[in-house]
Amino acid sequence: MDGESEGGGASQRAVDMFVAAAIGALAVLVMYDNYQTGAKWASDGPQAGYFPFYIGVLMLISAGVNFFNALLKKGPRRIFVDSQQFRSVLAILVPSAVFVAGAYFIGIYIATVAFLAYFMRVLGGYRAAIIAPIAIGVPVFFFLLFEIWFLVPLPKGPVESYFGF
Amino acid sequence: MVESLEALFHGFAVALTLQNMFFMFVGILLGVLIGVLPGLGGANGVAILLPLTFSMPPTSAIIMLSCIYWGALFGGAITSILFNIPGEPWSVATTFDGYPMAREGRAGQALTAAFTSSFVGAFIAVVVITFLAPVVAKFALQFGPPEFFAVQFLTFCSFIGMSKEPPFKTLAAMMIGFALAAVGLDTVTGQLRMTFGMGELIRGFDFLIAVIGLFGIGEILLTMEEGLSFKGAAGKINAKVVWETWKELPRYWATSLRGSLIGCWMGITPGGATPASFMSYGMAKRFSKNGAKFGTGQTEGVVAPETAAHAAGTSALLPMLTLGIPGSPTAAVLLGGLLIWGLQPGPLLFVEQKDFVWGLIASMYLGNIVGLIIVLTTVPWWAAILRIPFSVIGPIIVVICAIGAYTVHNAFLDIALMLFFGVVGYAFKKLNYPLAPLVLALVLGDMAESAFRQSMIISQGSVSVFWSNGLVGSIMGLALLILFWPILSNLKGRLMPSRG
Repeated sequence: MDGESEGGGASQRAVDMFVAAAIGALAVLVMYDNYQTGAKWASDGPQAGYFPFYIGVLMLISAGVNFFNALLKKGPRRIFVDSQQFRSVLAILVPSAVFVAGAYFIGIYIATVAFLAYFMRVLGGYRAAIIAPIAIGVPVFFFLLFEIWFLVPLPKGPVESYFGF
Repeated sequence: MVESLEALFHGFAVALTLQNMFFMFVGILLGVLIGVLPGLGGANGVAILLPLTFSMPPTSAIIMLSCIYWGALFGGAITSILFNIPGEPWSVATTFDGYPMAREGRAGQALTAAFTSSFVGAFIAVVVITFLAPVVAKFALQFGPPEFFAVQFLTFCSFIGMSKEPPFKTLAAMMIGFALAAVGLDTVTGQLRMTFGMGELIRGFDFLIAVIGLFGIGEILLTMEEGLSFKGAAGKINAKVVWETWKELPRYWATSLRGSLIGCWMGITPGGATPASFMSYGMAKRFSKNGAKFGTGQTEGVVAPETAAHAAGTSALLPMLTLGIPGSPTAAVLLGGLLIWGLQPGPLLFVEQKDFVWGLIASMYLGNIVGLIIVLTTVPWWAAILRIPFSVIGPIIVVICAIGAYTVHNAFLDIALMLFFGVVGYAFKKLNYPLAPLVLALVLGDMAESAFRQSMIISQGSVSVFWSNGLVGSIMGLALLILFWPILSNLKGRLMPSRG
């Protein structure tokens, strides 16, 4: 857990610096936009952009400190994430992103079927006979729970509208 | 004090309706489930279920949500002890002695000790709340905008000054939270801030989405790093074991009491359940006769963190209800819920919404008792759930999080945002950026800003309003002291080197 693992990967220091720089860039954006909106002290109190502008200032300062702290950090080179861990994380992140994108087009219930089936097959190695009841049963359960019991509408797609939902 | 007891009994009448008892029961079960599953934590779980409660009467809704909270507090211990996987951040310290106990075959004792200690800690905290809350509420009636801002400022300073993460990372995280809170429509001037022409951003960023992403998806990504298996010790628990353990526990009354007090303090001054559990463990290790054996399976090593964590988790509700300052991320979510229901936390809540407040407090007592019973009897089931392979339960958790994110505003963009926050949460956790200040700033940002601006209007632009009277001045002074404490204690260490 402390980052000492085999396999190459981005170093903790590099990622630390990158994130600090990214936060710094975000801070500049915040400061710029709020300066445009008006960050001065009007006669009746602060303008709309006043508070967020100075938040941006503090953000920039702290990002700078973090950046330099990371830059000047001595000690053994620690890995942020090695290639094996990275692959494991991507193994759930990418399918999740696909699931979300899919839910937009075909509705969340059908997307869940595909998502569950994919996971059980590729990472779990189950047979179709075991995958089918779970990959279909869970979304059906959610459908009954949300659409029918709680009456909370979730994104649906062409299949559901075919059935009149 | 008599008024408090009267109000409390009235609260019990509210809480003991069939409907509310049902929600209590459901809440606890859901809570334990949430506490047991990784990726669905206390804050996250409450955030997901919050929109489902919109159609319920507020009193029932908050009873259910707070019971989910207790359930999660209990549930985190189950995975810590049986699987050495803390189900919640505040159960990390429980793994130190709990898992060794389980490996020796004493899982039943560990679990009983953990649950009972949780119950004791929470119970003491609820008693504290019962008597302290009305006092604080009356006191808070004297608060004007400058005082409210000062208290919020104190909260933020204490996060920076007392965090174990590097202060500038805490500051960065907090500022990000504030910036996110500021996006959207400014209610005072009606201007749009930082929307960059995107219509969807007029609404601003919702803290619920951030919480589900940061704490939920982020947690799952972290769990995936370790690989996919949960192999754990067997969790047998029966009446005899429970009784034996209960006979053993009174020996540790000092640890329990100390843990509860640490917890109450950390919950009220926003520190939260996690630091409380570590602090209590550390102190118990130092002060106990068996201190040297901590880490090998000492019952006391389970009692200490659990009492503190639950006392903190419970007492975090005190400042939330009376001052509108949440003492923990989950309390922050509950605070958000109150605001959504149109209930303004603060001193007026105790005056205008007596039923609600005292019903909630009464349900805390009941919820704890019911929770203890439920959790003692259902341990084998929870252990069984964790045997469901991650390849099945992982995606299900992601789907639940997605549903939770969607139901907040029925906006599909929110699900994508949730994923983004998930990646951020994962990266931040690995880089030692604390998430709690981010969430706190996101929830309180608007309130803090409006308190600041109202103060400015009252004082007509003069910042000296924050030192205008003894109360607000001393709060601001304390805030600045805590903020600069790390620097000060550093200096002190150099000027006066300690002996030995």
